[in-house]
Parts: sequence; C-alpha cells; structure tokens
Amino acid sequence: MVEEGRALFLQIAESVEDAIIDGSLTEESQAPSTNELAAFHRINPATAAKGVNMLVDKGVLYKRRGIGMFVAPGARERLLDERRTAFADRYVEPLLAEARKLGLGPADLTALINDRAAVTEP
Amino acid sequence: MTHVIEVEHLTKRYRDTVAVDDVSFSIEKDTIYGLLGRNGAGKTTVMSILTAQNFATSGTVRVFGQHPYENARVLERMCFVRESQKYPDDATPRHALRMARLFFPHWDQELADQLVDDFQLPLKGRTIKKLSRGQLSAVGVIIGLASRAEITFFDEPYLGLDAVARQIFYDRLLSDYAEHPRTIILSSHLIDEVSNLLGRVLVIDRGRIVMDEETDEIRDRAANIVVDAAAVEAFTAGREIIHRRSLGRTTSVTVLGRLTSDDRARMAAAGLDVAPVSLQQLIVRTTQHAAEQGGVSSSLEEGALR
Repeated sequence: MVEEGRALFLQIAESVEDAIIDGSLTEESQAPSTNELAAFHRINPATAAKGVNMLVDKGVLYKRRGIGMFVAPGARERLLDERRTAFADRYVEPLLAEARKLGLGPADLTALINDRAAVTEP
Repeated sequence: MTHVIEVEHLTKRYRDTVAVDDVSFSIEKDTIYGLLGRNGAGKTTVMSILTAQNFATSGTVRVFGQHPYENARVLERMCFVRESQKYPDDATPRHALRMARLFFPHWDQELADQLVDDFQLPLKGRTIKKLSRGQLSAVGVIIGLASRAEITFFDEPYLGLDAVARQIFYDRLLSDYAEHPRTIILSSHLIDEVSNLLGRVLVIDRGRIVMDEETDEIRDRAANIVVDAAAVEAFTAGREIIHRRSLGRTTSVTVLGRLTSDDRARMAAAGLDVAPVSLQQLIVRTTQHAAEQGGVSSSLEEGALR
C-alpha cells in the first residue's frame, strides 16, 4: 500500500484526497486523525501529521479546536480540478511514450481506448 | 527543537581498533530514530556509552544536559534493551518484569500485562535461561515498552521473533508512542521493515556517522535508472552515481539527487525505466560507496608514499 521512493507524507495526503474524491469522506465530515492514519498505514505519527498539515495548508482540511480535522467545503471540486490538470502529465505522457516505442500512433491509441471503453463500461 | 542527547567528538578505542571515531550528533526529543549500520559499525558501542554502561576514550556525552555516569537522575529516565541482555541464572520473566517495575518511574503494569499476553510469554515455571531466543527478545521488548522511559534504546530487539511477533512489536510501539511521545532509538538490520516507523535516520559506518536526516527527506533522494550503456552520460550528467551494474549493453545506475518532473518527463519520453530506491538499498549503496571511496583514497595515499 505504501510505495517506496515517494515522500510518505505525500502518499498519506493523497490517500485522504482519494477518499474525498471518491466520496467516502464527505465535505464537513470528520477526517481521520493523525494517530489513526499512523496506526492504519503503520507509519511514524510525525510523518502522518506532516501529510495532514499539508492538506490544512492547501485548504482541503480545516481544524476545529479540540475536536479534530474536518473536510473543507468545496474541497472535492478543487481536488478534482487539480487531478484533471495533472492527468495528462501523469497518465497520457507515459502512454504516448510507450505507444511510440510500439509504433502506435495517436489514431491507433484512440481506437484502442474506444474499444476498451466499449467493453468495460456498462 | 529540544535535544535530549548531545554527543561531541566521541571516540572509543579498544586496543588497536577504533570502534567510534570522533563522532558528533544530537538526538531530538520525542522522535523515533533508526540507528542503522552494518555489524561492527559501532551502534552498540554508542548506545552503551550513552547509557553509561561503557566509557568513552575521549569526547563528551550529555543526556538531558548532564553527564550520565553514575547519575541516577539521568539513568532512571533511560531504558536500554540490549540484544544479549543477561539476567540472573534463576530469574523467571516475572522476576525481570518486577525488577523493571521497581526501577522505572513511569512503568505501566497494564501495558506490560497486555504485552505478555500479546507475545504469549510464560511468566513463571521457566527461568529466562531456558526461554527460546524469541521469548528472550520478548522479555526485552516488554520491558522497553512498558518502562515508558523518556529515552528508550532498542538494540536489535527482534532476534528470534517471528514475523507476527515483530509486527506486534511495531504496532504496539507506534500506538504507545502516539499516546505517550518519547524518544526511541531503534537499531536494526531489517531496514525496510522499520523504515516507515522512523522519524529520523542515523547511519553509522566504521565508527563514523555517514547520514543524519529526516526519513522523509531521504526517501526520494536517489533513483535507479536503467539505460543503454552509451546513453548513461546523457542522463546522469551532473549527478553522483553511487552504484552501477551492467548487463550487456544495459546499465543500471543508482544516482543521488532528487529527480524533477522535467527529468522524469525526459526519461519517460526516452523510454527509460526509473525505479525508486528503498531506504535499505540507499543505505547499502551509501555505505558501499563510502567504502569504495575510502579504499581509493587510501590506495592513492599508499601510492604517494611509494
């Protein structure tokens, strides 16, 4: 679950973001605490705290004194925007690179994507 | 940041061998440290000196701002779980836990009982001498955790513990640390197994500190790149290569220095495989690299002498 080579606190922040994006953590609901995250991912609590603080700085979470961390209103929409922007870099670029190696052009790729989508989507 | 331990120019010599070579470092309060290094690197010597169980040849050690030697006020705030802790011949685990309870002011009996259960440790009927290696380790782990000392040293605490018992140890360590933050110094060979627990890493190699950093800072510090031998230069220019392996025309290099997203894009476009380097690999590579460089410079010196 935890992968090597990337800063752990980024991975922790991303796991919370994923939960917000897929709707399992709704806006204004309480986010997992630093200690819960540390115990679940089996990581140092200071590292988990760094990930949570990053989300607070980004305005994804906010702190209610004495109660805990909560998901900020509008967080999901903003995260979706951010992920869509990063999508090309993260997924399309490597896809194109591998396709070039195999002699597949953009048109071939489009056809492949359409074929696959037809099979997997209900 | 408060420092609970400060070490300056510490050296320990045994006859002709230098076990610890002019080492200086400090330990931050309430942080989990990994003290990592090969066998004989000097880990146990450093921990013994910090806990006043061994004498320094030279240099100063301060724990909570004071000298630890014969200083009860400092010693009762520290717990050192040795890899090969000796107990009296006729002592049972129950005796050992009672002794610890008397000695450590923050001892938590409830936690100790819970851990005895977790590790299925037989408390009486058998002396510690007759315990298996794993059960002996469990005694140390239980004392180390339940003592809740402000500084706890675990020297290879898991010898003989199976994977399940080690996971229990890591889980209990994390949850108790979360509720009762304190300074933990864990020496270990199983680097990948403990790396996520560590807030900071101290790597010691042949008596010297070669790395003293936050674990998260180190994590994306190096990368493995698999590249055509002819193109190595183009992709590693300006970076320090700490390891290189070749198979035919393919070369796998480990480079230091964080890759920017531009670097990654360039490498992805060229179809290179870029793989992360685990903390364990990085430490192995770094100590090997240091050894090679040490070897080179000493042979140069020899050459100069001739």
